[in-house]
Amino acid sequence: MKRSASIVNKLVPYITVVLVLFLWETLVRVEHIPQYILPGPVQILGTLAASCEILMMHTLITLEEALLGFVLAIVIAFITAFMLNNIHWLNRAFYPVLILSQTIPIITLAPLFLIWFGWGLLPKIIVVILVCFFPAAISLINGLNSIDPDLINLFRSMGANRIAIFNMVKLPAAMPAFFSGLKISASYSIMAAVIGEWLGAQHGLGYYMTLSQKSFRVDQVLAAVVIISVLSLLIVKVIDFIEYLLTPWNHLKEEWINNQ
Amino acid sequence: MPCVKISDISKSMDQLFTLDNISLTVDNHEFAVILGTSGCGKSTLLNIIAGLISPDQGRIEIDGEDWTGRTGRISYMQQKSLLLPHKDILDNVAIPLLLKGMARKKAHEIACQHLKDFGLEGFENYYPQQLSGGMRQRAALLRTYLFTSDIMLFDEPFAGLDAITRRKMQLWLKDLWQNNKPSVIFVTHDIDEALLLADTIYVLSPRPAKVQLKIETTSLKENRQEAEIIKQRILSLLENA
Repeated sequence: MKRSASIVNKLVPYITVVLVLFLWETLVRVEHIPQYILPGPVQILGTLAASCEILMMHTLITLEEALLGFVLAIVIAFITAFMLNNIHWLNRAFYPVLILSQTIPIITLAPLFLIWFGWGLLPKIIVVILVCFFPAAISLINGLNSIDPDLINLFRSMGANRIAIFNMVKLPAAMPAFFSGLKISASYSIMAAVIGEWLGAQHGLGYYMTLSQKSFRVDQVLAAVVIISVLSLLIVKVIDFIEYLLTPWNHLKEEWINNQ
Repeated sequence: MPCVKISDISKSMDQLFTLDNISLTVDNHEFAVILGTSGCGKSTLLNIIAGLISPDQGRIEIDGEDWTGRTGRISYMQQKSLLLPHKDILDNVAIPLLLKGMARKKAHEIACQHLKDFGLEGFENYYPQQLSGGMRQRAALLRTYLFTSDIMLFDEPFAGLDAITRRKMQLWLKDLWQNNKPSVIFVTHDIDEALLLADTIYVLSPRPAKVQLKIETTSLKENRQEAEIIKQRILSLLENA
């Protein structure tokens, strides 16, 4: 009884999605909405299947930019967090600036990257880095700073040096906070690459979208949107899985209770 | 022979005059209890003894050597167990050995030899959050013990436990102390705990803390009446100050 209820609970969001898609399709058909305004889900799926090959080519390029930028953003976030956590005056000088920098809408800066860095891969990767860096860095910095000072004192009293304290105490304790920031970064990464491509590119999903939009192929634009959503979801799921592997102590409370 | 000699320690913290000229000595194998109200600076004193903070004035000598403001000779156990949530019990208690540069395997071997005495046998691969409060404190105690077994500092280690577990832990600590006879400095605000465990009790006044009274408890162990009188005296001291 209870189990069937929980299955129904899990199914509810899927049912909602199917219902919305169904309504959408019905509306488009009943109202005879022209394809260049709003195609129905069936049409979009058809476009996805028909232009599978070309979409795949563009997707791979966008994915490459997004992943490269994402990984670089993590590396830079790690270096920044490590420095800010260990060098006190650096933290005082840069932490507020870091927060303040988020008031600059990166998208509005992006056109400048074209001027500075040209039409190639670089400006796109920079957009991705700028978008992904902040959530990852801030969550890591806050995670590292939120550690119980008594714990650090204990390790100091046992003669541990800074590096030992960072490796044994701070870094593992910061992992849950870091991963929650990382998931936000991950979900932005594909979108950031696409925005980079909107501004000027010869390939990639963003380029495909601008091209399709100019020729009123709304179905193609939406097909690209579907791919972007699915990819973002996949990357977040991969991060979820990595977190599960790297922080086994975090999900054991539940298992323990279940074992009782 | 005095093992830990604390002489003329004074300290102001955040413009608050916290410790006022505190001197006390703890002999080899002595169980000294420092008794004081909450917020009187007991933890500051322990931090100074452990070398985590430097006193404004005064010296800490351990076995005749100056350890003022230097860490690494004695570690201490607190009310919070402060076990690392991402390491299992065996890894947690072996930390001080690893920090001393011992190989992991050897550290585990040594830690394993003590698990039984500390009531942790069979729990070495559990994570701290899976254990009860009492067991976590025993693990914290073993970690402290593996760092230094000759001198141990305690900062209200059982204050966070329920009354029954606390009582059990006190008796168990007493046993452990009688078997190994380390020198102990034990900070608490619980008079009964002090009377149960201590050889010597130092009563601190509220801030700025001074040693108000020193009591040898050897004669009290058999004489309940006298113990009761002493207890009343400490109480009135702490209340009226």
